[in-house]
Amino acid sequence: MEDIISMLADGGVLVADGAMGTMLQRAGLPAGTPPEAWLLENPGPVCDVHRAYLDAGAHLILTCTFGATRPRLERKGYAERVAEINRRAVEIARQAANGRAYVAGDIGPLGLFLAPLGPLSHEQAVGLFAEQAEALVAAGVDVLVIETMSALEEMRAAIEAAQQAARGLPVFATFSFDHHGRTNMGVRPEQAAQELTALGVQAFGANCGATLDMTLGALEAMHATAPDAWLIAKPNAGLPRAQGREVVYDASPADMAAYARRFAAAGARVIGGCCGSTPAHIAAIAAALKP
Amino acid sequence: MDAIGEQLQQAVLLGEPERAHDLAAQALRAGAEPLAVIEGALATAMQQVGARYECGEYFIPDLVMAAEAMKAAVRVLEPALAARQERRQVLGTVVIGTVEGDIHEIGKSLVATMLSAAGFQVHDLGVDVSAAEFVKRVQETGANVVGLSALLTTTMLNQERVIEALQEAGLRERVKVVIGGAPASPEWAQTIGADGYAENAAEAVTVVKQLVGA
Repeated sequence: MEDIISMLADGGVLVADGAMGTMLQRAGLPAGTPPEAWLLENPGPVCDVHRAYLDAGAHLILTCTFGATRPRLERKGYAERVAEINRRAVEIARQAANGRAYVAGDIGPLGLFLAPLGPLSHEQAVGLFAEQAEALVAAGVDVLVIETMSALEEMRAAIEAAQQAARGLPVFATFSFDHHGRTNMGVRPEQAAQELTALGVQAFGANCGATLDMTLGALEAMHATAPDAWLIAKPNAGLPRAQGREVVYDASPADMAAYARRFAAAGARVIGGCCGSTPAHIAAIAAALKP
Repeated sequence: MDAIGEQLQQAVLLGEPERAHDLAAQALRAGAEPLAVIEGALATAMQQVGARYECGEYFIPDLVMAAEAMKAAVRVLEPALAARQERRQVLGTVVIGTVEGDIHEIGKSLVATMLSAAGFQVHDLGVDVSAAEFVKRVQETGANVVGLSALLTTTMLNQERVIEALQEAGLRERVKVVIGGAPASPEWAQTIGADGYAENAAEAVTVVKQLVGA
């Protein structure tokens, strides 16, 4: 398999996977247990979710490590197992991918504000991200993906840590645009495109977010700002809605597929799903993007 | 409102804690009634902050800094209030927390800050709070509002557990329950028998005020 950068340079569009957490809940993840800790004892269901996305047509899967940074794991009593959890998650994803797909080491927000709004200094944040990024890289990922970021300061810290740990591997980065077309911390897509281009990540874009339309708007603005950039679209399957005691997301696989074409037209080269998306959504996206 | 009041209102609106602190002190020296300042300049500023957030002009950092500025001013005004044996009108008492199993803090804390700035007495129980703990703290504080945050589709079910526990403890009639969090929705509030749903911290203030008739 050629490396991910060559593949994108050849003009390909890479189909990425969809939600992990909501899929694991269906497989028995108890309420309140972090998936990152659960996978230590339950590698099977995590591997099954990866396989379901690969079977649906995904060629990039994200490790189950969104919350596998120290401040998040600490609150659940897993502070001393940060490296182990990240390593295990990569092993499980690698096993599922079995050489037929790229494995991305997933890095999510710390759940804390950086100074001046909160307690964390830039250096502390870099250190926390570095701990995770180094474990992911050591375990053998193809790319690091920093996602669902809202604050520019936190994104900068995560990218600095990821690039130091990456030893030449690519780093991708996405913000979540969910409040009037900006991130909830106020970052505009144009500003994100400028910053992320300057920071030298290989691809960037939007994930999670509010509506599919808001993600599309963000992508179009990024594309206008950085026409040559490889963009990423990994949105939620629309908005959550209560259906009895379950939460359903209101975008169907067909809806996501229709948007996937529009994301591609706006410069997206990596397209997948976030909260509420399922293998059915990814299969529809893969079919829609077939040349 | 006098010139100092207007400047103070601006300082809060623009999220400048040091200037808000200094202007509050200046207002007192000029003979302003502390209560009038709180209920005038400060309350007006926070309403404007909420409105600016709703319309997409303000974002989370603006809310946080405005609340900091408000708190800085109140810190100056409260001793003066106490000296006059006056008290700030409390709109209600809120017990708020992120439900059991869920460690997400930022949204909940922001709601707590905004409610506090709006004049509610807020008891923030933190994250991963059990139903029993919510019940206990409602009993202890005599709260009339309960705020339940959940960011995960699994832990949202625990919002319903808290409502059930309040019912079992005979407290349900005494409190208004407001829920929030990324997967929550007005329909979810209805499904689990909550009294209200708020999309964000600015809306939470409006919703809670409505529920308690403030």
